[in-house]
Amino acid sequence: MAKSPNGRQSRLRLREALAGYTFMTPVVLILGLFMLLPILYAIFLSFHKVNLLGSVSYKFAGTANFERMLDDARLWIALRNTAKYALIVVPCQTLLALVLAAILNMKIKFRNFFRVAYYLPTVTSSAVLVLIFMWIYNSNGLLNHLLELAGLPTYNWLGDPAVALTGIMLMNIWSTAPLYMVIYLAAMQDIPESQYEAAAIDGANAWTKFWRITVPQLKPVTFYVVVMGIIGTFQLFDQSYIFSAGSGGPNNATLTMVLLIYQYAFKNLDMGYASALAFVLAVVIMLITVVQRLIFKEEKLN
Amino acid sequence: MSPKVSRLRPLVYVILGIYAIVTFVPFLWALSASFKPLHEIVSGGMHLIPRHFTLDNYKTILQQEPMFGRWFLNSAFIAVSVTVFNLLFNSLAGYALARIKFPGSTLMFYSILGMIMIPGQLTIIPSYLIIKELGWLNSYQAIIVPMAAQATYIFMMRQFFINFPKELEEAAELDGLGRFGTFFRVVLPLAKPALAAQTIFIFMGAWNEFLKPLMLMSDKAMFTLSVGLNTFKGQYISFWNYIMAASIIMTLPALLIYVFFNRFFVQGITFTGGK
Repeated sequence: MAKSPNGRQSRLRLREALAGYTFMTPVVLILGLFMLLPILYAIFLSFHKVNLLGSVSYKFAGTANFERMLDDARLWIALRNTAKYALIVVPCQTLLALVLAAILNMKIKFRNFFRVAYYLPTVTSSAVLVLIFMWIYNSNGLLNHLLELAGLPTYNWLGDPAVALTGIMLMNIWSTAPLYMVIYLAAMQDIPESQYEAAAIDGANAWTKFWRITVPQLKPVTFYVVVMGIIGTFQLFDQSYIFSAGSGGPNNATLTMVLLIYQYAFKNLDMGYASALAFVLAVVIMLITVVQRLIFKEEKLN
Repeated sequence: MSPKVSRLRPLVYVILGIYAIVTFVPFLWALSASFKPLHEIVSGGMHLIPRHFTLDNYKTILQQEPMFGRWFLNSAFIAVSVTVFNLLFNSLAGYALARIKFPGSTLMFYSILGMIMIPGQLTIIPSYLIIKELGWLNSYQAIIVPMAAQATYIFMMRQFFINFPKELEEAAELDGLGRFGTFFRVVLPLAKPALAAQTIFIFMGAWNEFLKPLMLMSDKAMFTLSVGLNTFKGQYISFWNYIMAASIIMTLPALLIYVFFNRFFVQGITFTGGK
């Protein structure tokens, strides 16, 4: 017998497997070396004291890096800034996104124009946005002129610790809301028209329909948008770095978690402690994501 | 339509108009400053149309700041390379995970799903140390290679290919095309919508990336535009005319891509939006 059907089949299977591995090779190499290895390395670093001078050397430190966090005054400042930021930015940007999406979801003219226009800040580089806003915020700038015209007090937006974070918050509400607006808009288009028609027969007006149908139907999306907003808050870096030239100033007013990690790692060259901070941050973010996914799934099943 | 809604209609357009102004004013104000001479900027005032219109700001930064052109090319080279690699590698992997049976494919799929959940902040420091160990600091590959494949988009391509009609591939196989021939000649050309959505997000992400070049490039000649812009700010402090001209130059490529491809954006966002 030259060729048994079994032999042919297993050769075919081998050829399939070879094709599969060839297709996967680039991704396995890249993600292996720059995702999987760094994840394990990050955990290793968190438990070591790292010496970068000369060749890199490590000294096992147990949980010292984690214990140090409790007495780290700047960490608590960064957390306080993050909390303040999340409490204001997340509700504002979510509400703004919902309102804009609800309006764009009506039968209006130039809808596509408005959608494309509103989305513009989201595609602009954060480096550029911060510079544009610093130009608007400078003491002789546009914002102070407008405030003066309206008879309101003016501020030194860039230098006054009391308002510096507010400046970043305003900018981020403005630049992030459109992203969530698009997500809301897509979800609104999935709400069956028949529900609105039934409500119309019962004599509901647009306002009632919005509160009784649109908002409840969007609950899972709202939840997603709020969670993503909170995670985004934890990840804030570019804006604070450029705004404060890397210092987190004035007087730590714009210090964020990631900026703090960056400073410890690349200014103080304290990579072990910085890795431990990043590790804790990552665990917190992942826990939030997991909880969100679980609740999301439950919503879908109901 | 009920009479109440039509009475609301003008109000709706007023709100839309006001928010359009809120969106555009910062950009227009920056554009306006980029065409104003410094003395006009310093004297303050709120006129949007420059009184002494000038192109000198653009000329100055392009001619007297030799690094500026270099930064632009660095950003362009990095963003284009990252995009091309991602399109190829993510599609290859997505296709294999959707269609080809091989031992370990399930494990690979779940590993990739897991990686989507890992926040980037965790890998910043170890990636830096690995890249340093490889001797790649201040080189293009330091940014391009680690960004050359992304778990989110592998997953996106896998979902796309799993819904792809199998008949086409079977026909191609009957014509004697192997897996590679089928992939490059039949599958990839038909995946254009998914590739377009991916192109925009990856290009924008690479073009606007700030933290990676900041940490990996210390040599001024290797800066990208985003990092260059930041040092430029420090160097030309209060020369807002130059800073705004440079900002406008950085915004244009991303803006053009957005305007031309904006319909793919919505597809991409609703996809990555956890659906």
